[in-house]
Amino acid sequence: MSATDSSATIPAPAPNDANRRGPLAEVFFSLLRSGTFLTGLAIVMFWVACALFGEHFAPYDPLADDIINALAPPSAEHWFGTDQIGRDVFSRVIVGSRDILTVAPLATLLATIAGTALGLFTGYFRGIVDDIISRILEAFMAIPVVIVALLAIVALGTSKTTVIVVIGLSFAPIIARTVRAAVLAERQLDYVAAAQLRHESALHTMFVEILPNVIPPILVETTVRLGYAIFAVATLSFMGFGIQPPSPDWGLSISSNYGMIGGGFWWTVLFDAIAIASLVIGVNLAADGVHGAFND
Amino acid sequence: MVFLGGQVLPGNVGRAILGPFADQRAVDALNHSLGVDRPLLTQYGSWIWNFVQGDMGTSYIFRSPVAPFVIDALGNSMKLAAVAFVLVVPIGIFGGVIAALNLNRPLDRIISLGGLSVTVLPEFVTGIILILIFGVWLRWLPISAAWPRDAGFFTQLYYLILPSLPLFLVLFGYIARMARSGMIEALDSDYTRTAVLKGLPWRTVIWRHVLRNALLPTITVIATQTGYLIGGLVVIETLFRYQGIGSLIFTAARGKDFPVLEAGILTIGIVYAVATLAADFLYSVLNPRIRLGTDQ
Amino acid sequence: MTEPAQRLIGKTGKTANALELRDLSVAYRVGGRNRAVLRNLNLSIGQGEAYGLVGESGCGKSTVALSVVRYLPRNGSITGGAIALDGQDVMKLDAEALRRARAESVSMVYQDPGKALNPSIRIGRQLTEIFELAGISGQAAEDRTIAMLNRVRISDPASVMQRYPHQLSGGMQQRVAIAMALANDPSMLILDEPTTGLDATVEAEVLDLIAQLRQELSASILFISHNLAVIANMCDRVGVLYAGMLVEEGPTDAVFNDPRHPYTVALLRCLPRGGQRKDQGRLDTIPGFLPGIGADIKGCAFADRCALATERCRTEPPPLYDLADDRGRRLSRCHYHEQAQSLPRATPYNVALPSRQAASPAVLRVEGLNKTYGSHGHLLRAVKDISVSLRPGETLGLVGESGSGKTTFARLLLGLVPPDEGGMIELEGKALAPRLESRSDEQVKAMQIVFQNPDSALNRSHSIRHLISRALKRLAGLSGAALEARLNDLVRSVRLTERHLAVKPRQLSGGLKQRVAIARAFAGDPRIVVCDEPTSALDVSVQAAILNLLADLQSKEDVSYIFISHDLGVVRYLSDRIAVLYLGRIMELGPSEDVFAGPHHPYTEALLSAVPKLDQAETARIRLDGEIPSATNPPSGCVFHTRCPRKIGPVCETQEPPLNEAEPGHSIRCHILYAELARLQNKVVQPEPA
Repeated sequence: MSATDSSATIPAPAPNDANRRGPLAEVFFSLLRSGTFLTGLAIVMFWVACALFGEHFAPYDPLADDIINALAPPSAEHWFGTDQIGRDVFSRVIVGSRDILTVAPLATLLATIAGTALGLFTGYFRGIVDDIISRILEAFMAIPVVIVALLAIVALGTSKTTVIVVIGLSFAPIIARTVRAAVLAERQLDYVAAAQLRHESALHTMFVEILPNVIPPILVETTVRLGYAIFAVATLSFMGFGIQPPSPDWGLSISSNYGMIGGGFWWTVLFDAIAIASLVIGVNLAADGVHGAFND
Repeated sequence: MVFLGGQVLPGNVGRAILGPFADQRAVDALNHSLGVDRPLLTQYGSWIWNFVQGDMGTSYIFRSPVAPFVIDALGNSMKLAAVAFVLVVPIGIFGGVIAALNLNRPLDRIISLGGLSVTVLPEFVTGIILILIFGVWLRWLPISAAWPRDAGFFTQLYYLILPSLPLFLVLFGYIARMARSGMIEALDSDYTRTAVLKGLPWRTVIWRHVLRNALLPTITVIATQTGYLIGGLVVIETLFRYQGIGSLIFTAARGKDFPVLEAGILTIGIVYAVATLAADFLYSVLNPRIRLGTDQ
Repeated sequence: MTEPAQRLIGKTGKTANALELRDLSVAYRVGGRNRAVLRNLNLSIGQGEAYGLVGESGCGKSTVALSVVRYLPRNGSITGGAIALDGQDVMKLDAEALRRARAESVSMVYQDPGKALNPSIRIGRQLTEIFELAGISGQAAEDRTIAMLNRVRISDPASVMQRYPHQLSGGMQQRVAIAMALANDPSMLILDEPTTGLDATVEAEVLDLIAQLRQELSASILFISHNLAVIANMCDRVGVLYAGMLVEEGPTDAVFNDPRHPYTVALLRCLPRGGQRKDQGRLDTIPGFLPGIGADIKGCAFADRCALATERCRTEPPPLYDLADDRGRRLSRCHYHEQAQSLPRATPYNVALPSRQAASPAVLRVEGLNKTYGSHGHLLRAVKDISVSLRPGETLGLVGESGSGKTTFARLLLGLVPPDEGGMIELEGKALAPRLESRSDEQVKAMQIVFQNPDSALNRSHSIRHLISRALKRLAGLSGAALEARLNDLVRSVRLTERHLAVKPRQLSGGLKQRVAIARAFAGDPRIVVCDEPTSALDVSVQAAILNLLADLQSKEDVSYIFISHDLGVVRYLSDRIAVLYLGRIMELGPSEDVFAGPHHPYTEALLSAVPKLDQAETARIRLDGEIPSATNPPSGCVFHTRCPRKIGPVCETQEPPLNEAEPGHSIRCHILYAELARLQNKVVQPEPA
């Protein structure tokens, strides 16, 4: 009879049904049951579709100006009105996700790879190297991304690559922290000692033994980071340090039009704002679903 | 001043940008622990020393000492942040507690998903939408935070409501989420079971046994949010044309006004460090485990 | 549910039982489905009676306790039946009445007191609030609290009241929890594994306390435990729970000495009892597995695992037969209860173990091994000056409570932790490097380990095939067809089958996982296998199978074991020699039989006496005062002097006694001479405990 017996007040499911599936398959099935995840996914897929095929069904060329019809309010011709040089807002909103949907995922990917590597090494080797790197990463995380980006872009100039690198490297420490915490917990488990008792190399232990077990937190953190990456790219574009004109990017459009909202030209910014809001919320609903699926 | 001289050399802009960056690390790292090796430190020693004495150098653009700008801007930013904080901490915690007490019921869903949704929206997006609603359509609140000269406390407060709302929203979901998960953990704990089985009234169980343990981790989280808050200030102050530390840094970055930029960022670093220390202190005062250590 | 409820209410009167469960059914909602945990459970506890509920993990015993106080986990619900406390229907109580019932008539103490007390409130406050509920406040409540703490034998109540839970040891925490439970003088006290997880000597103290309090108070007790011996010593009547059903019930000594259900019979045979040893025969086992929760049970729940089962058992659910017995009412849920004791053994008793050759040279020699950790400026001497040796095919048992250094010692041997300078470890005559990385592949594969918790020891991402093959590849240097062949051999030798290879560890039960871990340890034909509490996370029926397996492998492979356990019965079953550790030091070292028979070190004596025994009437037990001291600040002189019942004087406080060889091969670290120990102990204890 087990010594840990009575702490298990919620018994595990019987070993011979749902448990037969692999852990990842189980996560997949619980994702399919999650309304939150499916809603989020639908929103994201909508914008991905717009980014890919938007030009084909946008009524106007998003970059074509039409000074005579500048700042026209929404009408049958221009559903979302026109901006200060007469570009069709509806067409611009439709294709406006293209840049942000390239830059943010790439930045997240960079952050995940760099963060995972850093987290694995610091968590596995511990000791003084870990102390130093962790301190540096902690200090790094204290600075708001916007400010890091601001500085880097002032120094390096504006380009999509800069934005990707800046956001990727700003988020890497956050992912590294998550991975490190997970690795530290795994390191305590006896299978790591068992690997040492087989004289396995450090690389084998890190990548073959430990890494597969820390995939769930990495996946969760990555989806959450993707939301924040979109947040950051949009913010940088709004501040003028991100995606550059003449892209129909949402943040950029808001940036060039918000000065006039006092004059009542609300349609020049509202639809872009709603578009960003829906994309960010969509990604985060999906992330929340992933988080839930891994932690149930 | 050697340091300042070095950075105006042509072609050395990137170096100069990384300079203040390293300062930032230095300040934080020193607060965390000494012993992190930084050869750059000595280079900035004199500059920091001057900074501590209140001499922050001279602005390139304004041709006048930096210190008064920075201090004024910091004061303004603190007013804005204070309004947001005073609102968000109690409301966020309250929301989280209520959600946890109604776990998996509609109220919990509304608070959790609503909180998640508003938290992930970039400040400029919520800012734009709020300006449109309250400033442009309803005309309840001023759309610029620049209050008239000699405005009294309440007038200033009136001008700060709209700018503080986006900050409120970003922090609300985060704090509510932490409070909620802390509550759930505490409600599921053995000590809560003990308290309930003692026959204590539910109210007493919550107030005396659950809340304190549940909210301890939330305190630390609130402090780490200072970083995000400052990032948000850069955006909000720009959007609302408010003379705070964020817009000061933004303007300085655009104009490559390095002394102002450096002073601003170092100031932020100090604010962050102080906030973190304060949170650590508060946490250890409230947590007997840390305050008293273990006897065994 | 209404029908039995009404019957209960009709009964409400002077002679109501303290607790009565009628057809209680409870289910947990898992994976969107309600799964039955308790099935029509009937049970009654008379006023002032102590009732024990035993069963293996997953049988639903904790659920019984939580149902009585209506505190089931969020996914649990009572699906039928009734619960009555003093004749009062618990299910019918509204929130306020339920609160009053908890405040006034029922209390509960559970495992892990460290978690049961609120970490941020002082002990005093956590007690006074109970008195405040009863309308006693201020100084009066403080006085009552002090009285209550005195009652649970806490010597300095005023200072304990000022402390926070984390400042108390586990034993003290559990006393406080008991004080809290008894503060309102409940009529019903539920104890759910109250001593599980405590050290043997501390457990003994807490059990004594409960026994004494029973004399002083009127409360009826529901005592839930996985430990048959604890129940045997504490309870008047006992119920055996299997798959959420009561399978047997009766007076404790009748059930344990004359069981009438095959499950009870089998369970008792799984325990190493009466000093049984590996060369005297194998332990019996119970084949198969406990039905999962929510399983559909057609006939008898135990039929699949029962050698007596007939077609009738598989189709017709047995009722609780009322057995006529002059020792009290007895029940058995078996169609063939009168034959229960003729249950054939699942594992043959006879085992041909070769007698060891005593003359062979030592496979392992350890000389003056030390390990000191630095923690917050204190030095923690986890292992101090340990010297032992091990012959081929021999088992050295390491016994000790928490902080004794037994696990650290194992890790030092394996090289997972480097020892302090100066000690020596010699494997087959060659010195071993202190660090694992510097040892040769040959040396590494010669010494392997079976860890306590297979969930931690087996990488959950890998299949069983991968886990064992990788060990064969690295340790035995095999590949291709040779590996495949050896894999099949190895898998068979730990009694696993081909179909287990494809799955991941989480799909196997605890016992099967431990077999995988054993297979892995044996992959490279080790000379020595360290077994670090390999059965302590397992149920007794599974434990028996693992112990048998270890004994079989040893006789086949001539491997030596270092067997670490806190369970003296288990250590005794498997060990040839035993080392008793206390605060990192060997207090006694000798042949297993001599250590158990005595004369022994006073600490060994106390340890042996502390362990609850199934088949022994209560004798004068030796109780140790106080807690195990911290290894960061060990007592001066003999480290055991602070708790030693046989302390002879100042010499014990100032001078650490050497490990003297009292008889050939039997050493004791004590100032008392061997002959004197023999005289003292023969007076007090029987030479053959257990």
